[in-house]
Amino acid sequence: MTMTPTTLKVNGKDVRMTLDPRTTLLDALREHLHLTGTKKGCDHGQCGACTVIVEGRRINSCLTLALMHDGDEIATIEGLGSADKMHPMQQAFVTHDGYQCGYCTPGQICSAVAVLEEIEAGIPSHVTEDLNKVAYSDAEVRERMSGNICRCAAYPNIIAAIRDVAEGDKA
Amino acid sequence: MKAFTYERAASPAKAAEAAVANPGAKFIAGGTNLLDLMKLQIETPTHLIDVNRLGLDEIAATRDGGLRIGALVRNTDLAAHKAVRRDYGVLSRALLSGASGQLRNKATTAGNLLQRTRCPYFYDTTKPCNKRKPGTGCAALNGFNRNMAIMGTSADCIATHPSDMAVAMRLLDATVETITSDGTKRAIPMADFHRLPGNTPDIETALAPGEFITSVVLPKPLGGTHIYRKVRDRTSYAFAVLSVAAVFDKQGETRFAFGGLAHKPWRVEAADALGSRGAAAVAEAALAGAKTTEQNAFKIDLTQRTLAAVFAQKEA
Amino acid sequence: MKFDQPATLNPIDRARVVGKPVDRIDGPLKVAGAAPYAYERHDVAPNPAYGWMIGSAIAKGTINSIDTTEAEAAPGVLAVLTHANAGALGKGNMNTARLLGGPDIQHYDQAVALVVAETFEQARDAAKLVRVDYTQGQGKFDLLVGVKTAQPPKSVQGSPADTSVGDFDGAFKSAAVKVDQTYTTPDQSHAMMEPHATTAAWAGDKLTVWTSNQMVTWAVKEMAKTLKIAPENVQVVSPYIGGGFGSKLFLRADALLAALGARAVGRPVKVALARPQIPNNTTHRPATIQRLRIGATKDGVIQAIGHDVWAGDLPGGDVESAGLQTRLLYAGKNRKTTHRLAELDLPEGNAMRAPGEAVGLLALEVAMDELAEACGVDPVELRIKNDIQYDPEAGPKRPFSSRKLIECLQQGAERFGWSKRNPKPGQVREGDFLIGMGVAAAFRNNMAMPSGARVAIDGKGRITVSTDMTDIGTGTYTIIAQTAAELLGVNVSDVTVKLGDSSFPASAGSGGQWGANSSTAGVYATCMTLRGMLAQKAGFNAEDALFEDGMIKAAGKAIPLRDAVGREGISVDDKIEFGDLTERYAQATFGAHFCEVAVDRFTGEVHVRRMGGAFAAGRILNPKTARSQVIGAMTMGVGAALMEELVVDKRFGYFVNHDMAEYHVPVHADIPEQDVLFLDELDDKSSPMKAKGVGELGICGAGAAVANAIYNATGVRLRDYPMTLDKVIGGLAKA
Repeated sequence: MTMTPTTLKVNGKDVRMTLDPRTTLLDALREHLHLTGTKKGCDHGQCGACTVIVEGRRINSCLTLALMHDGDEIATIEGLGSADKMHPMQQAFVTHDGYQCGYCTPGQICSAVAVLEEIEAGIPSHVTEDLNKVAYSDAEVRERMSGNICRCAAYPNIIAAIRDVAEGDKA
Repeated sequence: MKAFTYERAASPAKAAEAAVANPGAKFIAGGTNLLDLMKLQIETPTHLIDVNRLGLDEIAATRDGGLRIGALVRNTDLAAHKAVRRDYGVLSRALLSGASGQLRNKATTAGNLLQRTRCPYFYDTTKPCNKRKPGTGCAALNGFNRNMAIMGTSADCIATHPSDMAVAMRLLDATVETITSDGTKRAIPMADFHRLPGNTPDIETALAPGEFITSVVLPKPLGGTHIYRKVRDRTSYAFAVLSVAAVFDKQGETRFAFGGLAHKPWRVEAADALGSRGAAAVAEAALAGAKTTEQNAFKIDLTQRTLAAVFAQKEA
Repeated sequence: MKFDQPATLNPIDRARVVGKPVDRIDGPLKVAGAAPYAYERHDVAPNPAYGWMIGSAIAKGTINSIDTTEAEAAPGVLAVLTHANAGALGKGNMNTARLLGGPDIQHYDQAVALVVAETFEQARDAAKLVRVDYTQGQGKFDLLVGVKTAQPPKSVQGSPADTSVGDFDGAFKSAAVKVDQTYTTPDQSHAMMEPHATTAAWAGDKLTVWTSNQMVTWAVKEMAKTLKIAPENVQVVSPYIGGGFGSKLFLRADALLAALGARAVGRPVKVALARPQIPNNTTHRPATIQRLRIGATKDGVIQAIGHDVWAGDLPGGDVESAGLQTRLLYAGKNRKTTHRLAELDLPEGNAMRAPGEAVGLLALEVAMDELAEACGVDPVELRIKNDIQYDPEAGPKRPFSSRKLIECLQQGAERFGWSKRNPKPGQVREGDFLIGMGVAAAFRNNMAMPSGARVAIDGKGRITVSTDMTDIGTGTYTIIAQTAAELLGVNVSDVTVKLGDSSFPASAGSGGQWGANSSTAGVYATCMTLRGMLAQKAGFNAEDALFEDGMIKAAGKAIPLRDAVGREGISVDDKIEFGDLTERYAQATFGAHFCEVAVDRFTGEVHVRRMGGAFAAGRILNPKTARSQVIGAMTMGVGAALMEELVVDKRFGYFVNHDMAEYHVPVHADIPEQDVLFLDELDDKSSPMKAKGVGELGICGAGAAVANAIYNATGVRLRDYPMTLDKVIGGLAKA
């Protein structure tokens, strides 16, 4: 096994690391960069807790190797905002109690931010009636957020938080 | 996950060359299934060839009015592509019914074709599985097989192919284009791309060792009504219990392909011809020779019911 | 403070802060990803080594040998621990199976080894190099076989296995209308989002574990017992817990193995269970078979009610207490409940959210629906008709402390629009969907546990509450801050809450929905003691002192708290203890669930369209967090009704679908709007808070309301959970 140098652009900063090639993006963030806001719920792409935004798109960071992302821009929950200076989506989750135990929450929030962009970009979903007419609706958000499991099941609260931000964006 | 060496391929031919030079090598694209399996040591490549930066992410019109889809086009982009939405709705729909937004953002066209079964015994390295470890037996035959195949099964394997996308591509008579290490290119019809398990369930496709998928070609649009109906145990983010892809074209021709029934996307030409006679007739033809277990016998009824839903949707 | 008499008017009744929908005070940390969970303690346990648990490949039998040489030689490996070299270990009182197996194996995926390496990747890889040679034994894995030799357990949650009042057999036989049906519920997995995880470090003979555990005090005792060390040498820290639902009530393998690993390699070690290991390595909710017999008059007055329960567990384990609510929920002079326990060699069965009621009501409340139909009585009306204000087994001498089941049913029905339900099943169609509504009663016993706290006020007047109580998503941080703010007359923002550390006073912990009421009562007791001390310091009569606006006020004087405590501040430890009010009064929480489903007439797929519920659970300490608890539990009820099942492979003796791709829990798309109404209720017998638990009530009956809605939509009566589409289409008319 050869330790491999990798540079990631995490939350706007270049980070150089030398990694075991087996290191997932998730473990690089959590164990090497100590950015533990991104969570490991299943490590197999079955829960969504590890969702981060890479090159503008949300992905499961558990199912990709860090070195496959050499040079890529990675946005994690820590990059969105902090406890003192929350991103509007983070604030909306607090206001609407869009969480309980908090473990899936960073993944939900990263997904939520990306979902609104996906709708804006006109990317259709399974529930889009006319594939050429993509618009915000609660049903759209529910479908698109379904890759983020919340066992505490704050689901309606999460939808309310996202709706809030979406309406704020329009206003 | 076993240790491996890693390289980034410089071109499709070089990727194929590297694969031939390293018999334990695997291509990695999205990685959404391969890494899942590597963590469990179901897949144990000694060398990974990262093909993500090869380009191959374009969707372009072909001369005969079809579409050539680069192997590395992500599922999200394929589903959202204007021409696909307009002319190949069944493919968009199939893609969008699969996995989650995050996974579709990463998963590629070629990778989706190559994803492996979700049989829980395949996933459990302490259990027999002819697909994972040839000769050990099939734990699913007399085990938990509610979601296993009923068509084209063998005594060695009753696993299903989990892809939604592949079902639509089979329906559309897509062709898989490949390149080998010596630069030879070939085109494999979807009908021949996936194999039935027979007594070698570990060999799942027609690809030769090192053969690299460069693109998938869709023939010119069929027009008509496109439907993909996926039946599953929860509303989203679940593999199909059963799925039906259907096209009712303007000339009244019909065709049907099925997911969740077999080791490959299931399509029977005889069933295609029976569209005018309704769901029951199509189901009967599609399911000729079905072999069910006590747990998955419901798929016979469910196939007819889902076809009925598809016919009703077509009318609506 | 001993709570042994009903509460009178007390300072909580001011309800200035308590009872308000305050945002979670831990919310900003959680949404920023800054709340540290057990595997993330780079701050306190730097440079950890990584442990990977190896689970048994067989369900029953013996380990002949374990060859660790290849693993030990693998890159980065620091140690491989097995039963052969881990030293003598005890077993915690609350563990049925040993946490480190070998040479005897008690269940599949029981831990047999831990590989410790420099990195996670190295540990996971080397684990595959450990060769375990087993001799497979004969295990018992089939509950249907096990019931033939099932025995009455010694007790069921401290009560008798069987109860009987009047003449059940005679009354049932002669009843005008009878329901006699058998229902089954499968094994279920908690599937909390954070895997069981622990970071452990030793300093000399002192062990600290940063772990994910609902019950800190229990964890200390069980760790000490298992490691055979003094409890004083164990510190357990569990400030943030990524979901529990009962799976983290007990010391589990992650904690023990991390401690053993850290001892072996002389540095911090962290261990998280891999998701596919969790269902078989840890505990689960056991499957049940339940026979319900209800005999009634032709207009639905229950004459006889009987509930027989069969469930399995490992030798030495407990029965799922699914019959308990039937002892209390409905009237009926002649009654009978039985529990029988079958010995099985499946993984350990244990508590999962509302053990007993969660599955007991899946059976009882469908049986009630069947009775309603058999009598031609509206299901809401039937339940009202059979309400009873005292423990029906004990008689009028044991009244309920408070019981608003009727109000829940009536107000819930009104809000939901129950009157629009067509009582005849299979009549309402919208497009290709069959629409139906269902109702079920919710019932969850109320328990109270002693709970302590430390309340300190520093020289600046800032208040800190410390207790080993946990917040598993329940909102504990916030309701404790609200309680202290209420009693000391300050704002929530003036209070810091520190939880989940065994160096703090022992608390009730989070389980059995007792946590909120018990732990805030402990804070209440401590604050009351502190108020007395402060009043005395200020020269006031404690009874006259008013605590508000950050001041103590009495006799026309007002002294800021910071002045009253002086520069050095003040700190006091106290606790609440409970007398026999739970014996003198039946104490429980109540509710009514309503559900509307749409069933695809072709495929049998069931979609929940609307859910509504009305609940009475004493004082609602924070309606925002309480509502979240309830909707979350309702959703878990949807999971139980429609999709959740650990499938037993009876040949190999394990749960086959042991990951989150194959064990389905509800996702966003499964859950529509959920409406929750809390009834005004103060229960003066529950605690000085006059609150009861609410965290489990929401699951109790929710799944039955879904099942009853499926029947109303389709006319297909299913009695085996989960109600997957294959079962639904089995009863639907041909497409």
